[in-house]
Amino acid sequence: METVTLTLKTTPTLMLEAEAISPDGLAGKTPDQIRALPVYMGRETYTLGEYFDVSGSPGSTAAETKVVVKGDLSRVKYLGSKMSAGEMVIEGNADMYVGAWMSGGRLTVKGSVDDFAGTGMKGGELLIEGNAGNYLGSAYRGDWRGMQGGLIRVKGNAGSDTGYFMNGGTIIVEGNVDVHVGTHAEGGTIVIKGNAKSRLGGQMVEGTIILLGTVDVMMPGFKYVGDEEVDVDGQKFLMSAYIGDLGERHRKRKGATIYGRLLIRKPAPADIAASREARLARAREAKKARFIAPEETASA
Amino acid sequence: MAEILIKNGFVFDPVTGVKGDKKDIAIRDGKIVDSVSSSAKVYDASGKTVMAGAVEIHAHVAGPKVNEGRNYRPEDKLFVNRAAESKGTRTTGGFSIPTTFKTGYSYAKMGYTVVMEAAMPPLYARHVHEEIRDTPIVDEGAFPVFGNNWFVLEYLKNNEVENTAAYISWLLRASKGYAVKIVNPGGTEAWGWGLNCLSVNDPVPYFDITPAQIVKGLIEANEYLGLPHSIHIHANNLGNPGNFSTTLDTFRLAEGYRANNRFGREQTMHHTHVQFHAYGGDSWLNFESKAPEIMDYVNSHPNLTIDTGNVTLDETTTMTADGPFEHHLTELNHLKWANVDVELETAAGIVPYVYSPNVKVCAIQWAIGLELALLARDPMRCFITTDHPNAGPFTRYPRIIKWLMSKASRDERLNTFKHADKVISATNVGGMDREITFYEIAQMTRAGPAKALGLSAMYGGLAPGMDADVVVYDINPETSFSGEEIERAFSAASLVVKTGVPVVEDGRVINNGNKRTLWVDAKVNENAQVMRDVEEKFLKFYSVNLNNYEVQGHHYIPNPFAIEVDATQ
Amino acid sequence: MAKTVTDVICPFCGTLCDDLEIQVSDDGTRILEVYNACAIGAEKFLHSQSKDRVTRPRMQQEDGSYKEVSYDEAIEYTARMLVNAKKPLMYGWSSTSCEAQSIGHEIAEAVGGIVDNTATVCHGSSLIAIQDVGIPSCTLGEIKNRADVVVFWGCNPSHAHPRHLSRYSIFPRGFFTGKGHKGRKMIVVDPRNTDTMKMADVGLQLEQGRDYELLSALRVAFRDEELPDVVAGIRKEKIYEAAEIMKNARFGVIFFGMGVTQSLGKNHNIDIAIMVTKDLNEFTKFSIIAMRGHYNVTGSGAVLGWQFGYPFATDLSRGFARYNPGETTANDLLRRDECDAVFVLGSDPGAHFPISSVKKIARLPSVAVDPHITPTTEISKLHVPVAFVGVEVGGCCYRMDNVPIESRKVVDPPEGMMTDTEFLTRVRDRVAELKAQAPVGAPSAAEPQEA
Repeated sequence: METVTLTLKTTPTLMLEAEAISPDGLAGKTPDQIRALPVYMGRETYTLGEYFDVSGSPGSTAAETKVVVKGDLSRVKYLGSKMSAGEMVIEGNADMYVGAWMSGGRLTVKGSVDDFAGTGMKGGELLIEGNAGNYLGSAYRGDWRGMQGGLIRVKGNAGSDTGYFMNGGTIIVEGNVDVHVGTHAEGGTIVIKGNAKSRLGGQMVEGTIILLGTVDVMMPGFKYVGDEEVDVDGQKFLMSAYIGDLGERHRKRKGATIYGRLLIRKPAPADIAASREARLARAREAKKARFIAPEETASA
Repeated sequence: MAEILIKNGFVFDPVTGVKGDKKDIAIRDGKIVDSVSSSAKVYDASGKTVMAGAVEIHAHVAGPKVNEGRNYRPEDKLFVNRAAESKGTRTTGGFSIPTTFKTGYSYAKMGYTVVMEAAMPPLYARHVHEEIRDTPIVDEGAFPVFGNNWFVLEYLKNNEVENTAAYISWLLRASKGYAVKIVNPGGTEAWGWGLNCLSVNDPVPYFDITPAQIVKGLIEANEYLGLPHSIHIHANNLGNPGNFSTTLDTFRLAEGYRANNRFGREQTMHHTHVQFHAYGGDSWLNFESKAPEIMDYVNSHPNLTIDTGNVTLDETTTMTADGPFEHHLTELNHLKWANVDVELETAAGIVPYVYSPNVKVCAIQWAIGLELALLARDPMRCFITTDHPNAGPFTRYPRIIKWLMSKASRDERLNTFKHADKVISATNVGGMDREITFYEIAQMTRAGPAKALGLSAMYGGLAPGMDADVVVYDINPETSFSGEEIERAFSAASLVVKTGVPVVEDGRVINNGNKRTLWVDAKVNENAQVMRDVEEKFLKFYSVNLNNYEVQGHHYIPNPFAIEVDATQ
Repeated sequence: MAKTVTDVICPFCGTLCDDLEIQVSDDGTRILEVYNACAIGAEKFLHSQSKDRVTRPRMQQEDGSYKEVSYDEAIEYTARMLVNAKKPLMYGWSSTSCEAQSIGHEIAEAVGGIVDNTATVCHGSSLIAIQDVGIPSCTLGEIKNRADVVVFWGCNPSHAHPRHLSRYSIFPRGFFTGKGHKGRKMIVVDPRNTDTMKMADVGLQLEQGRDYELLSALRVAFRDEELPDVVAGIRKEKIYEAAEIMKNARFGVIFFGMGVTQSLGKNHNIDIAIMVTKDLNEFTKFSIIAMRGHYNVTGSGAVLGWQFGYPFATDLSRGFARYNPGETTANDLLRRDECDAVFVLGSDPGAHFPISSVKKIARLPSVAVDPHITPTTEISKLHVPVAFVGVEVGGCCYRMDNVPIESRKVVDPPEGMMTDTEFLTRVRDRVAELKAQAPVGAPSAAEPQEA
């Protein structure tokens, strides 16, 4: 495997769109050809070389190529999108659509990513060492085919709408998640090692959500069906199993209705007290925050 | 105005009866003429095929449900949209439901110069016309829907044909419409209560009338007026196994009527997208083709024309004024369902659909559509459509032409279906050797639909005096060619001239053309009762005022072309 | 003497009442009296007559004061701003005609702009929900003629759409609804005890931000599954009761408003309300309709739809259309410093956007086209006053149920004032000239200013 390294020279004024930067986009090209690839800012087209220093060289195919991207990429979109093979490492933060529509290979982000990472993902591995924004591993607008396969692991927290319309694959969030996880899911597995807020598994048709922390508000359409032992990253946990969303349509297989599954770790009494304390602390913080800064909400 | 001479092409023109002879086509002032001066701009068409501009008789390309389809399917546009391809043209987008700009350009590139929007809800006529205005190049008309309209139901319950005709005349003018469209007669009104009419004798709730009475009454009113087009019907029971008998029942409703018009139209009923109406079996398990039964009837009844509604095996978006059908469909495939019921007039539903070659039913539907065309004995009465976008996008016409013209391409597709054996045993297409000829294609896509629409004096042929809509395809009919070459040639014409203006060259749009909006201005005797009824219904039941209903003005119809009909007595 | 203009369309809210009668002076310049309109609609007409109305463009000076400029100068400034920007935001489009929207889109296509309308802070979440799960709906006349169960969820038509109840939803007698409001059951769901709630047969006063859970609970109830004792602060018996009323309707409808579109979960609340409606169609006939605000925000979505394929937030910066709320939406572009000029027409983001976004607009090159002086015009570099659409110039508008209606001209605008189509047409033509002079892709002068 050969390595090509791209280092951002200047921070883009507006957001830079750089869908060329992936093992697939760079493989088989000479450094000069790589420098001549287009990147976009608004209606202007620039060359990749105007924004990035290029060193090393890629392999002849995506599978034989490792791409390393350095610098503050928090204003660069589409890094590693549509990659099908090979390896890519983003050394810092990145903007939207990291690894979107990727179908293979390994993509590692050392920092945090903005929204829409892993949109429509079909395969491969996406590792985010920092936090992820909203719509992690989700469907593009209007599509009922969200994440189909592959693995996403986030070491930090993830935003809202994680695994929206998920059909397959696995998402592991080691920190906390915001509202609406696994909404409209019809397959796949989401593991949350931290806490969830509300609307967990709403409108879920099939698939599995495993929660090691707490949930603020349960959906009314989930029914407790018993306890089971579940393996998460090699550790075993005793969990309460729920089926749902009872308000949603469900397939039948061999006469039995298939529900979405929500597994929540059975807390030890000490954990209950601790989580209650943590929840109250969070509520106090949230209240304080409202009085300090004016609310800035992303519109949708 | 400039003169144009298209030289040395192999010409196929059913209007003048030319079957592939080498011939020059001369154009002056937007019309076909016998000859032009030596200063004419010359296009060399040697080794190429020349036909008149094609005429689309049934597609959903403009209006509220089409636009709802666009707006609610961003995923239909993902990675598909393109920047303008030449100076002066607009950006394009969408696959199964293209934007208006892409609609006009895509039709033009395939050599189409006339397009009929198949279902216009009159209350939304302004919207339809705004979209037509923004669809470049092609001349367009729109069919207002009548089959579930409360005026029509009430008049025809009492067999008041003359009042029905007067109302049709009024509504065609108010909506700037072209023809009398009927969709699931009575069934869509029943859908106002969540119900349906599945046979021609199912009574319509409250209105005390049957679909058969609606259809017969509208045929009588249509011929009373002498409109250019016949009634244009989508029968009851669309899309269900075993529905071919409902279709035959519907065909029979037109028996005994004679076409009355000054436009050369011979049929009294056009039945659309017959593929969706030619199903045997009584469930999806024993679902099978009844195309032979359907075509036996069509072939022996010259008062009938049809279009096919070919399945193209794509992911597409179904949309129809058959509201209950779309609800039925979303219950089957669970994909997102949009529905709009329109007060006093109609309804519409939309559901995305994936016609997968791996699904037996989809492959059978594909076969049925082709069988209809291959069994047609008179290509002047059987037209190629996809009921765009219902059975697939219109941009796939070249692929359908490939399957019709090349048995090898057809068989290759048939034999590679996942359930090929089951598909072959439920259909007849595997045993069909017919290959449609260039001349027959010109009949099925040009001269035939133009005649059925009552537009044969203007469109669909290359006789002197007709509109100069001329297309050159880069394919030599005298050499052997593969199915792929057919598809490629029909996808991107070498030259398209629209009313004397070159609009496409080498498969690229070079001009936005001079499009017109076609509508029918039918004059009838003053009818005080109908006008009183109109005023009363607006006062009591409509949510808009009568004076805010009629479509008028340059903004909606910048370039109108009214076809006048005089039914005063 | 005075003359009366009839069948006038009200250019205020998405109800688009079309039965107003307006008395105007004989010379056609002054409005004397407005009949049939609600108080807000009447005010809209009378406001156009105010004496202190600005009738010429004004350019903001260094010291914050305004200097009157000619329309020619305003056109030149606007065209240059748009041509020099790399990614101009062209926002608003909800209080103007479809004709104006269409010309605006031509400009946006030429300059690589982003066209967003007021749905972005209003019913954009509904549009996203429709994209995810569809929408079973109908025209307002269907409600009048058929509906016997009417649900208002997170909306307060008594105040926001004053004539809605009398014209369409509760009081009118229609073809199958001869008893008017006596034949209709009214369900209201709201965290507040609104005036609409006070009229309800069944009022569900739920906990703030728990609409999603309550809607989900209805779906559970439809399927005869078991519910927790209390959901969203409502006892389960009451939820089962509401579910039964809805299932047993002959024809039902849910109207919903900003109470659900802009509270926690946004599009998901609408999404599940639509699924509630879809579920009900297995039992009976049910529709759902968004209570759209601006009188022609629906038209903006329609024109954007047929021209580019998306109902709002359409990014044309690369010459082809892209769409993704959260990225291509006005507030997100401002929040993320992703646009370098702002053009506003037919809306007032200065009043409706978060203050952080408003500050961003104030720092960028900006033009506001609006008949009124508004918070937006006060922070824009250039204010271009234009004639009132629906009062001083006609044009096509789309009602909340997508029904297109042609608004009417009632009086002449003040002498020498341009309409927005005239202004936009001149800007479009000037943009074309400027672009013909400067080769495409040439480096542009405008850089986003330091935040």
